[in-house]
Amino acid sequence: MSNNTANMKVVEGSYAVAHAVMCCRPDVISAYPITPQTHIVENLSQMVANGELDSEFLTVDSEFSALSVLVGVCAAGGRGYSSTTSQGLALMYEVLYNVSGLRMPLVMNVANRAMGAPLNIWNDQQDSIGARDVGWIQIYAENVQEAVDATLQAYKIAEDREIRTPVMVCMDGFVLTHVYEPVELLDKEKAREFLPDFKPEHILDPARPMTFGAFADPSTYTEFRYQQFEAQLKALSKIEEVARQFEESFGRYYGGLLDGYFLDDAEIVIVTLGSVVGTVKDAIDAMRSEGKKVGLLKIRSYRPFPVQALRKALKDAAVIAVMEKDVAIGGEAGLVTDLKAAFYSSSRTPIIGFAAGLGGRDITIKDIRKIVEKAEAARKGDLSEFEFLALRKEIL
Amino acid sequence: MDNSLLAPGHRACAGCAMPTTIRLVLDAAGPNTIVVSPTGCLEVTTTPFPESAWCVPWLHSLFENQSAVASGVEVMLKRRGKDTNVVIIGGDGSTFDIGMGSNSGMFERGHKVLYVCYDNEAYMNTGVQRSGSTPFCVHTTTTPYGSQSQGNPRPKKDMPAIALAHRVPYVATASVAYPVDLRRKVKRALEINGPSYIQVNAPCITGWTFDAGTMIELARLAVESGLWPLLEYEKGELVGVKKIRRPKPVEEYLKLQGRYKHLFKKPECADMLSQIKDMAEANMAKYGLVD
Repeated sequence: MSNNTANMKVVEGSYAVAHAVMCCRPDVISAYPITPQTHIVENLSQMVANGELDSEFLTVDSEFSALSVLVGVCAAGGRGYSSTTSQGLALMYEVLYNVSGLRMPLVMNVANRAMGAPLNIWNDQQDSIGARDVGWIQIYAENVQEAVDATLQAYKIAEDREIRTPVMVCMDGFVLTHVYEPVELLDKEKAREFLPDFKPEHILDPARPMTFGAFADPSTYTEFRYQQFEAQLKALSKIEEVARQFEESFGRYYGGLLDGYFLDDAEIVIVTLGSVVGTVKDAIDAMRSEGKKVGLLKIRSYRPFPVQALRKALKDAAVIAVMEKDVAIGGEAGLVTDLKAAFYSSSRTPIIGFAAGLGGRDITIKDIRKIVEKAEAARKGDLSEFEFLALRKEIL
Repeated sequence: MDNSLLAPGHRACAGCAMPTTIRLVLDAAGPNTIVVSPTGCLEVTTTPFPESAWCVPWLHSLFENQSAVASGVEVMLKRRGKDTNVVIIGGDGSTFDIGMGSNSGMFERGHKVLYVCYDNEAYMNTGVQRSGSTPFCVHTTTTPYGSQSQGNPRPKKDMPAIALAHRVPYVATASVAYPVDLRRKVKRALEINGPSYIQVNAPCITGWTFDAGTMIELARLAVESGLWPLLEYEKGELVGVKKIRRPKPVEEYLKLQGRYKHLFKKPECADMLSQIKDMAEANMAKYGLVD
């Protein structure tokens, strides 16, 4: 993190992100209101209304149409932006695959929220983790500053000719969208230098007629998917490279694919993503003062999943405890399943998983201590593979 | 049509009205046109990767988002200062049913986009299932004739009325059998500063089952029987009605098609047939089709 606090402002997370979007100069913003994403697009509407932002703002009939509009924008050569969450992301599902399959470098902030039923507007990450296989890059922010910075970085990654893959910048709903905290807003000119204008290779142009969105039969479909797969693998180094370029321009760096906290000598490592990282750091500070060798690994890039970087970062861990705000009903949960797959052929380190903070339930330091207790038990052979953290058994 | 903007070699059925309709539309619109199409027969018969029959820029995304996609294209072209026609060409499934939400959004926002629906009155690409456009009594694979069924139990959805309710400034019906009329309507629609909607009757040989050589005759009979009036609305006012010089009985139109076969074989369908006649007569009276 930068030590430069001179330009810090205390603003709402949604404003800070909207300001970052403004600095990315999208040609068209298309969005549909849904809590807790609303403040982001309201702020953008106001910026357009005030003439601060030279973008077209389209008010549409649904999230499905919001993202579909951007397919047209992108094909016609424009930079597009949208933002959504939860049910809105689910309604976009079909378009998500389409955007990535058409290799359209769109960027979207996802204000992570629980999925219904039961209806719940509070934060967890079932929405975007559930969309892990749609071909989008997913970057998770720990705090508002990271969400701001990742938004600018996202366009640079997405629009790279080698990558051409859409990016979701995931930030916890309410926890980050509605919090007021000190943020360094992006400098417009520096952002312009960092992210040049969008110049796509192929656009809809009557002077050079091209067909977009042809269908592929079994003789070619696999190769389309393979190229997307390859682009995501290339994005592993691109995400790191762009994070370093950002550091050079703006002086802030949070790890490219992942970041660690007291990782070097940690015996028990908690792996998680999003805003709960702050709470985990506090819990680790407390446990370290008691002599417990606990560390944290924060996933910044969930897609592409940084298998090699994770293997390297976690090679000395005795137990890996994964805590995540999602659950794969009928399986375990996204991150823990992916980690087990990544480690199966390279390590025998026990990996235990916890679904936590679903539907906005607070994750406390006490909860994190409980995870560490379970990890210590696993180390002694008492392995509980997956469980719901802080389950209220009394109301079942 | 030697310089058609839809190249030969596409994979539509012999006797299909769709490619003829598209060629007429593109002929009128000219090369300074971008086409957006939803999923359907048109998409699968013209764009098997790596081939394409399109000589204008063409974009397909999904089955139900054509209007949102075209809105994005139009907004971006305007932003880039380009004066290019944006034309949606889609079938009735995407137009009447699954794409209704995004159609409504585009109409209501007033984008300068021409929407052409080639209306073959069922989900033909998936094998002739009923759509919201399927007329009364039609046999489809999901409204089959049977001992408890006389075919589709509901009349066709009035999509032009839905467009008019959105204050779409130019709304018209047309027919593949009336090429001069269709071309003129496309040209007029493209002059309108806002959305426009043209619904073209386009017989489907597979779904309607008729002799391939009779496609144009069949489409003409739809008009002459009064079941497909050729209408034109500007700013909500009916400004054009194609008069029928020699009205034909509905039976002449229906008898040529397998999808109405049961109406003539089963005595219990006689009442249905008279209801279809009533619909044709109601159109004749409402629009003054016959002088």
